[in-house]
Amino acid sequence: MAEVLVYVDHVDGAVRKPTLELLTLARRIGEPVAVALGSGAENTAAALAEHGAVKVLTHDAAEYADYLVVPKVDALQAAYEAVSPAAVLVPSSAEGKEIAARLAVRIGSGIITDAVDLEAGDEGPVATQSVFAASFTTKSRVIKGTPVITVKPNSAAVEAAPAAGAVEALSVSFSEKATGTKVTARTPRESTGRPELTEAAIVVSGGRGVNGAENFAIIEALADSLGAAVGASRAAVDAGWYPHTNQVGQTGKSVSPQLYIASGISGAIQHRAGMQTSKTIVAINKDAEAPIFDLVDYGVVGDLFEVVPQLTEEVKARKG
Amino acid sequence: MSLRIVVTVKYVPDATGDRHFADDLTVDRDDVDGLLSELDEYAVEQALQIAEGADDAEVTVLTVGPEDAKDALRKALSMGADKAIHVEDDDLHGTDIIGTSLVLAKAIEKAGYDLVISGMASTDGTAGVVPALLAERLGVPQVTLLSEVSVEDGTVKGRRDGDTASEQLEASLPAVVSVTDQSGEARYPSFKGIMAAKKKPVESWDLSDLEIEAEEVGLEGAYTAVDTAAERPARTAGTIVKDEGEGGKQLAEFLASQKFI
Repeated sequence: MAEVLVYVDHVDGAVRKPTLELLTLARRIGEPVAVALGSGAENTAAALAEHGAVKVLTHDAAEYADYLVVPKVDALQAAYEAVSPAAVLVPSSAEGKEIAARLAVRIGSGIITDAVDLEAGDEGPVATQSVFAASFTTKSRVIKGTPVITVKPNSAAVEAAPAAGAVEALSVSFSEKATGTKVTARTPRESTGRPELTEAAIVVSGGRGVNGAENFAIIEALADSLGAAVGASRAAVDAGWYPHTNQVGQTGKSVSPQLYIASGISGAIQHRAGMQTSKTIVAINKDAEAPIFDLVDYGVVGDLFEVVPQLTEEVKARKG
Repeated sequence: MSLRIVVTVKYVPDATGDRHFADDLTVDRDDVDGLLSELDEYAVEQALQIAEGADDAEVTVLTVGPEDAKDALRKALSMGADKAIHVEDDDLHGTDIIGTSLVLAKAIEKAGYDLVISGMASTDGTAGVVPALLAERLGVPQVTLLSEVSVEDGTVKGRRDGDTASEQLEASLPAVVSVTDQSGEARYPSFKGIMAAKKKPVESWDLSDLEIEAEEVGLEGAYTAVDTAAERPARTAGTIVKDEGEGGKQLAEFLASQKFI
């Protein structure tokens, strides 16, 4: 069976959920061979084997942390040359897409970004993409070279499928360009204890109607009662009420959770572009004419300062 | 020493319009008005600020696209860019990301550059990979997704805010930079700027000017194929209730019925 390279997104050996989803998709096409780079790379092996990796290629060097993107491209290219895979799959993070794109040019291949589903086809993998603010669904293939495809979080359920996961050291020689962009300082983002926005099963977002940074506590309280991530519309971010890292929409993050709750968000096209593929959509807004209500499975026309705290209390009561 | 800045911009269908695909599954450009991609305005703004802070600098805006794409160039010129290059060729119709990056890279090399600045992504395709592709093709450092950028003594510095960390980056020129919508509000063209833009030079290049063969680009040369494009079925109308004091509880009931609580 053909081998499929899966680029591993991990933090000090802890594999992030989108990579486990990727392994599920990779098994539809062939046998997943994982590539884990940087500090803690070897510690990823158990989780990767548990989810179907037949092999885990690892390599650590200071270059991965000290320089931007290119060292990882060099390593993924080395893995590609060692394995000759049927496809290369990379999580659709900002960095993942850059790594995938540069690899595609180097190996003379086409690239598909932000796939939301992946199937085996007669002529290679078929990727589903959601485009034009999720108003269209396309199916595409890479027709030159080895398909390089990046896949968005929440595109597949994580399935356990134990495999050998034999760890092998990857041999990498860095290109001259690898050290072109130096990372001179790194400030880790403080953990809020909440799930990562793009990976969360439930997202609770606030917009212009939240009307102030201090009022986001209401949104956070609802999120915490549901174990959800917190999102914000661009209006709320531009007003300085919530960090840009939490922005949902065209210029922020694109999310596709099981449940999306929009509070005080009117639903401009730019916001819809980032959340329209959510499975169940709920909105709370004073304005009955807000375009967000066109998208919802359930909507409450009302004051979020009344509705959201009542909902939070009710969720807590029901969860006991 | 003159600092040559090239800003790559894209002419995109207006997102508030009814965007569609044409019969050949390329984007239907006739159906919706186009405009300069909003995210590219931030790139133009940072280019202008860097130029204003340099002793001697020139800002060139570059686009690849149909005749109408000149509108995007005019907007950038009216903001303050010095000159524009329009790459236009019938054979470009249907060019994918890989082909677009080839055309842009060749045009940037022909124009001459010390710094390339792009937006973080286009507002239509939204892939966000063209800056990285340009760095790969040009063989220069990528300093991408910056929320802050500065250039001094032949070095570009910037801040990249990622999922898990915020990084300070540094590279020597020449380099490719991309900026996010957090890099700073883009200026509005002044009346004077709009008038001045009409007199600024717009060069037109075609594929032969860039020594690119027709087979390398367009639908024929694409590395990817779109097999189907289907309009997403309209969502079935949801339940909408007016809060009469029990809205939160009713919503909780709905969430429970859907097994979210």
